[in-house]
Amino acid sequence: MSEYKRPTSEAAFHQNFEQIKPLMNDTEAYYESSRCLFCYDAPCIKACPTGIDIPLFIRQINTGNLKGSAKTIYESNHFGNVCGKVCPTEVLCEGACVYNEQNVKPIEIGRLQSHSTTKAIQDNTKLFTSLPENGKKIAVIGAGPAGIAAACELRLFGYEVDIFEAKAQPSGLALHGTAPYKITNAEVLEEMQYLEAQFGFNTHYNKKINSAAEARELEEKYDAIFLGIGLGGTRSARIEGEDFENCEGATEFIETLKLAPLKAAVGKRVVVIGGGNTAMDAASESSRMGASEVTLLYRRAKEEMPAYEFELDLAKGVGVRAVFNVQPLAVLGDGKVEGIRSIRTESKDGKLSNIAGTEFDIACDMVIKATGQEKQRNFLDTLNVAYDNSGRIEVDEHFRCGKTKYFAAGDAVNGGAEVVNACAEAKKAAQGIHQFLS
Amino acid sequence: MANLQANLAGIKSPNPFWLASAPPTNSGYQIMKAFDAGWGGAVWKTLGVPIINTSSRYGALHYRDSRMMGFNNIELITDRPLSHNLKEIEEVKKYFPDHAVIASLMVQSREEWHQIVKDVQNAGADGIELNFGCPHGMCERGMGSAVGQEPEVLKTITEWVMEVANVPVIVKLTPNISDITEPAIGAVQGGADAISLINTIQSVIGVDLDTFVPYPQVDGKSTNGGYCGPAVKPIALNMLKNCAQHPDVTIPISGIGGIESWRDAAEHLLLGASNVQVCTAVMHYGFGIVREMISGLENYMDEKGFETLDDMVGKSLQNVLKWENLNLKYKVVADIDTDKCIGCQLCYIACEDGAHQAIGLSGTEENRVPHIIEENCVGCNLCSLVCPVEECITMVRKDDGKQDVSWTDLAAKDMAPTEFEDEKAGGRHHWVPAPADALKK
Repeated sequence: MSEYKRPTSEAAFHQNFEQIKPLMNDTEAYYESSRCLFCYDAPCIKACPTGIDIPLFIRQINTGNLKGSAKTIYESNHFGNVCGKVCPTEVLCEGACVYNEQNVKPIEIGRLQSHSTTKAIQDNTKLFTSLPENGKKIAVIGAGPAGIAAACELRLFGYEVDIFEAKAQPSGLALHGTAPYKITNAEVLEEMQYLEAQFGFNTHYNKKINSAAEARELEEKYDAIFLGIGLGGTRSARIEGEDFENCEGATEFIETLKLAPLKAAVGKRVVVIGGGNTAMDAASESSRMGASEVTLLYRRAKEEMPAYEFELDLAKGVGVRAVFNVQPLAVLGDGKVEGIRSIRTESKDGKLSNIAGTEFDIACDMVIKATGQEKQRNFLDTLNVAYDNSGRIEVDEHFRCGKTKYFAAGDAVNGGAEVVNACAEAKKAAQGIHQFLS
Repeated sequence: MANLQANLAGIKSPNPFWLASAPPTNSGYQIMKAFDAGWGGAVWKTLGVPIINTSSRYGALHYRDSRMMGFNNIELITDRPLSHNLKEIEEVKKYFPDHAVIASLMVQSREEWHQIVKDVQNAGADGIELNFGCPHGMCERGMGSAVGQEPEVLKTITEWVMEVANVPVIVKLTPNISDITEPAIGAVQGGADAISLINTIQSVIGVDLDTFVPYPQVDGKSTNGGYCGPAVKPIALNMLKNCAQHPDVTIPISGIGGIESWRDAAEHLLLGASNVQVCTAVMHYGFGIVREMISGLENYMDEKGFETLDDMVGKSLQNVLKWENLNLKYKVVADIDTDKCIGCQLCYIACEDGAHQAIGLSGTEENRVPHIIEENCVGCNLCSLVCPVEECITMVRKDDGKQDVSWTDLAAKDMAPTEFEDEKAGGRHHWVPAPADALKK
């Protein structure tokens, strides 16, 4: 039995999705920052894709220089607040902390980063002022982490930046895709507003760039175009019955949960297919939404699972049952999910095969497919931007797409990674644009 | 089990832990509570003509999340009438006849000294401490450290006291002086039975960066105070050692300054204190800390085979020489235990920027364990001090132990460097990088 009841109010929802990295108060931040050793050539910096000078910002917190600490963070990472909360710090900065070598609890870098940046956002601390204007214009497609990070960086160089966003709200997966217990929507949007006010880029919502004609118009009007288009909807699981009612893609399920949590449909007995972090999120979220039984099916062994260990632990912690070496064969039911048929698998020399005669059924009333997201090949064809076999945009070392005026970064280039990777790469792409135009 | 019984110039107490004359000994109530908690003695908050105190009196120096590494006060002597204190001394002695109650005194004229000494003796005080140390407020009126800084005056006042004293007299010294042994000798010459040191060090504890007013603040202004707490222990230990080693300081010493644990107390005892006095630690944690002090010192004494305090008092003095008599042939170099190293590289940057460029890095991302460049290592200890891992960096002896040559020996044989370009300079053949190497990335 799940410990969570289906939330019927905003308050109940937030209670079920209590923050796993809650904000620190000043005292906790002071104590925690006191513990930092201020390592030389610190491993935490190297483990951060955006290379934040972590020991420096921690020392700045410790000495009461909160403005300085926020500046240190934002100079390296324009999504400093979101990243403090949603980064898998266990495998990045905190995983690299030398205290781990001593079996001492690593510094809580993520929470310290949130402490610093939340204060800056709440106080609307101006960290970047008197930006130059160089008279050139850049279009950014997509207001996700990559697009916004690129926009901020481009503004620092003096470009006028217009962002075109298909959805009604900004921040991409940071808003629409991250688990609610990692960050609240309000926090994501507040950072966006903070950045927008400070950097002064223009964001146009509900403005999907679709056609070749629209693309040509942008190409004419702008000196360069940055693509931060991310990925598409959930990829097909290629199993029978996946079009049944109550069989949903994880990306879509999570987006509904994020935008209209009280309206999200969650079954009583939920099966989640997949072994990535999105699968873990979808499973955890189903449980926290009141599902009484949540089962995670992954076709390979636990060790081969692409999700982080701590994400699986989080899911297990809210009652999710994980089953490994199981290949779903068909969603059962009559137009409506009644169960799922699977078969046991085994790996031999890296090759996965089904074990004949081991089919079994699990009764359920909802199936969530966390089987990866589609690439946006059609759109890239429209733009005439090249991509590789798996649909990832091909870029050079400056993140430029061939010899075009397009540059790209984020999930659309790396195939789907963390917010922090998108920020790091987009920043470099913006620098690539600047190099290209100067 | 070790016997903690202490005896300072005839003043006996069940253990060597006394409360110093300060706010924790302001009243009979506090002292009774302290004795009940286990303290062996208490020096009553200084008696004299009662004063008027300021509101806001203390300031503190914090180090990161450690509170009160250093502490500073501008409080004066007792503000309570003498008769109240005398009555309470009498009462405390009734309840605790075997504990040491010392009256700290500070007055001006010979007549006043005579009167107050007789008064506290009549009340039953086991000893008297002359406060020649207070470095704020009282010194402006010619008392406290104003006396302690003038050995002749100190000697004269001590003589006045000795004219009527029939209990042991301790002279409490101020550290706000170039050579602490001068007033110590003045106390001996004046006939005192013991000295105690150190009183607080003149200090400004910090400045409010918003109002520009230093701490502690009294209606928008401040004044210098007296500094104490854990941070002053090294200064106290040095002055204690100077007095304890001086041939003319022939009377016992009560050690004061930065004592918070049994370890601090043991250090004072080893450097020549017959007992110790504590204030700041009690102001921080209350009287209960004495239990840790007693049990820690007992265990330490048992472990070292000391049956009584006399077995350990002054035991370290023989190991403190003048610099010029240290063996210049002794050579240690650092050694890093690669299994214990956590890769913080603090030793590397400390040596690189703050010492002798004697630690190298592997140059690879995977291996963060630094290594000692032995030919550059001067054995300064810095790396072992900054290392956050216990016993990870140790200093290993490299000389054969057969030679003992000091500066004094060298000077006597005309082998010490005497000229700017002297061949005999210690660093003459040490490798140092070229200045411009600093700018190479």
